[in-house]
Amino acid sequence: MLRLSANPTIDTVIKLVTVAVAMFAFVFVVMVPLYNVLCDALGINGKTAGQAYTAVPAAVDESRTVTIQFLASNNEGMPWQFAPTRTMMKVHPGAVNDTVFFARNPQPNAMVAQAIPSISPSRAVQYFHKTECFCFRQQPLAGESSAELPLQFIVDQDLPRDIGTITLSYTLFDITALAGVPVAAR
Amino acid sequence: MGEHHHHGPAKGLTRWLFTTNHKDIGTMYLWFSFAMFILGGFFAMIIRAELFQPGLQLVEPEFFNQMTTLHGLIMVFGAIMPSFVGLANWLIPMMIGAPDMALPRMNNWSFWILPPTFLLLASTLFMEGGAPQAGWTFYAPLSTTYAGPSVTFFIFSVHVLGLSSIMGSINIIATVMNMRAPGMTYMKMPLFVWTWLITAFLLVAVMPVLAGAVTMMLMDVHFGTSFFSAAGGGDPVLFQHVFWFFGHPEVYIIILPAFGVVSQIIPAFSRKPLFGYDSMVYATASIAFLSFIVWAHHMYTVGMPVAGELFFMYATMLIAVPTGVKVFNWVSTMWRGSLTFETPMLFCIGFLILFTIGGFTGLMLSIAPSDFQYHDSYFVVAHFHYVMVAGAVFSMTAAIYFWLPKWCGRMYNESMGKTHFWISFIGFNLAFFPQHFVGLAGMPRRIPDYALQFADFNMMSSIGAFIYGASQILFLYNVIATIVAGDPVSDKKVWDGAEGLEWTIPTPAPYHTFETPPKIDAAHAHS
Repeated sequence: MLRLSANPTIDTVIKLVTVAVAMFAFVFVVMVPLYNVLCDALGINGKTAGQAYTAVPAAVDESRTVTIQFLASNNEGMPWQFAPTRTMMKVHPGAVNDTVFFARNPQPNAMVAQAIPSISPSRAVQYFHKTECFCFRQQPLAGESSAELPLQFIVDQDLPRDIGTITLSYTLFDITALAGVPVAAR
Repeated sequence: MGEHHHHGPAKGLTRWLFTTNHKDIGTMYLWFSFAMFILGGFFAMIIRAELFQPGLQLVEPEFFNQMTTLHGLIMVFGAIMPSFVGLANWLIPMMIGAPDMALPRMNNWSFWILPPTFLLLASTLFMEGGAPQAGWTFYAPLSTTYAGPSVTFFIFSVHVLGLSSIMGSINIIATVMNMRAPGMTYMKMPLFVWTWLITAFLLVAVMPVLAGAVTMMLMDVHFGTSFFSAAGGGDPVLFQHVFWFFGHPEVYIIILPAFGVVSQIIPAFSRKPLFGYDSMVYATASIAFLSFIVWAHHMYTVGMPVAGELFFMYATMLIAVPTGVKVFNWVSTMWRGSLTFETPMLFCIGFLILFTIGGFTGLMLSIAPSDFQYHDSYFVVAHFHYVMVAGAVFSMTAAIYFWLPKWCGRMYNESMGKTHFWISFIGFNLAFFPQHFVGLAGMPRRIPDYALQFADFNMMSSIGAFIYGASQILFLYNVIATIVAGDPVSDKKVWDGAEGLEWTIPTPAPYHTFETPPKIDAAHAHS
């Protein structure tokens, strides 16, 4: 056994303090990154990939139709109008689909927003690819102005057959106070 | 050194302020934890008074939430944990034949940073916006985005009490590993020492995780990070994972020393050695290991993948095996023993029955699909009070009755002790058994008001809680009366079935013991 001091008590204390400090560090350098990696990899919590998906050429499976439902909601205190222009789409796996969400800032002052997506069922996350999404970046809007927010996605041909409906939900957060701070894209 | 040898304590207040004597520090821990027990109990009385009838009678909902939060925090961190640290201070050196703890000055510090910390925590009640009100689990964003300004004081107090626990644990491990009398091998140590050794390792491993969780809260609240804020790319669910990675080992931190106490007392009043000593040690170690891989059973409803739910469900159920071994061993120790039922034994038997009930409801809660119904209901409240109160607090009460005559050389009033037990036992069950029913029927926890159909059981529960609370005044009176004017005891063993090194020294225990290490013979093993 490694001896760090001639005095056995001091030796024990040094080792235990090291364990305590290491466990404190473990929270920040292991638990937090590991949680994010696991959530991204497994689609836990319905988190979708934070970067745009590079489309690979694939055949469109026209024998199958998947219903995509869109939800938009505001986080507490967010005054914007925020809604999908189409609440539902029927798509074929493999096809590239486009839609837009609508956002309006009714306040007189400029604001910055961030949309956070969530997919249900979470098993569908790894089969739902976004090639373009307004949620990849912060969305500034001048006072009393509006914008159309584009979304382009592909449903993977390998989507399990028992999944017929995928719900994509966005929550809009007011991050005016945080704006400028680089924020992890979602 | 030679010409000046202390045999007694210093005089006056500075004795307590500067003391490095393990017995003095143990005494201070025990009195402090009892004071916190009364304070946390007082908050519980406010909760039960409000819940006596449906509707809002006495307090505002915000204040009610502050009461549930402070009740939980103070009972866990202020009452139960320090009380077992106090017991460890008193007993571990006496049980392993050591003259004192390994790090006496640090021992003084780990106690004396506690009272100011709890004063700080209690002072948040008088701050603008009131005390923390996010529950003892203080989930983000309730404890970050929606917290009042007092949350910063709360975070600081959690940091300091974590520091105190870590220092106390390091001290206990250093003492047990380095200061055992010659011949006191690990497998000859009394089980109370074993359970505390394992508990101390748990504390060193997970208190820093709690410190990490509150540090992240602090950074989110004050320094613009977004660990738990979805808007900034964080995740509130992360908080629950970090918290319960600390929180589940924490519940074993609370109960393992209680197991140790019961494993000392039941053999004494059964007049038989503990049944299955080795299996007790291995069961304790298994429980400690399993406690690290079951945390997400507190979060079944958070939206985990099915594979995760199944893993945490089976891992949790596995804990029933070593726990079952323990209960089996205690019952087997009593089997065909010459049983007598003095107050410590009554509290241990009460522990055995009620803790087992709490274990069974825990098994029910471990089943993920069932937990979707039980989650955050009063069933959970009933479950954890059966293991925390009838488990930890009953065993602590038994410990005080068992060792108090040794400590102060005076015997407590036995009939008052037995009365205390029966009032506690009846009051406790009246308070918490009906909560199983209202929970299964759908009453959520942490609410100041409830639907009318829960009224009768809640009234019973409140009456039981008042009875249990009042019985503690009898306990306090009995302890003070014993110290001041109890019948003197001079028998070294006090109890004729008691075994172990602490019963080989004079009664009352002298201020300094085992300045020369004792000789360990076979008779002292496994007691």
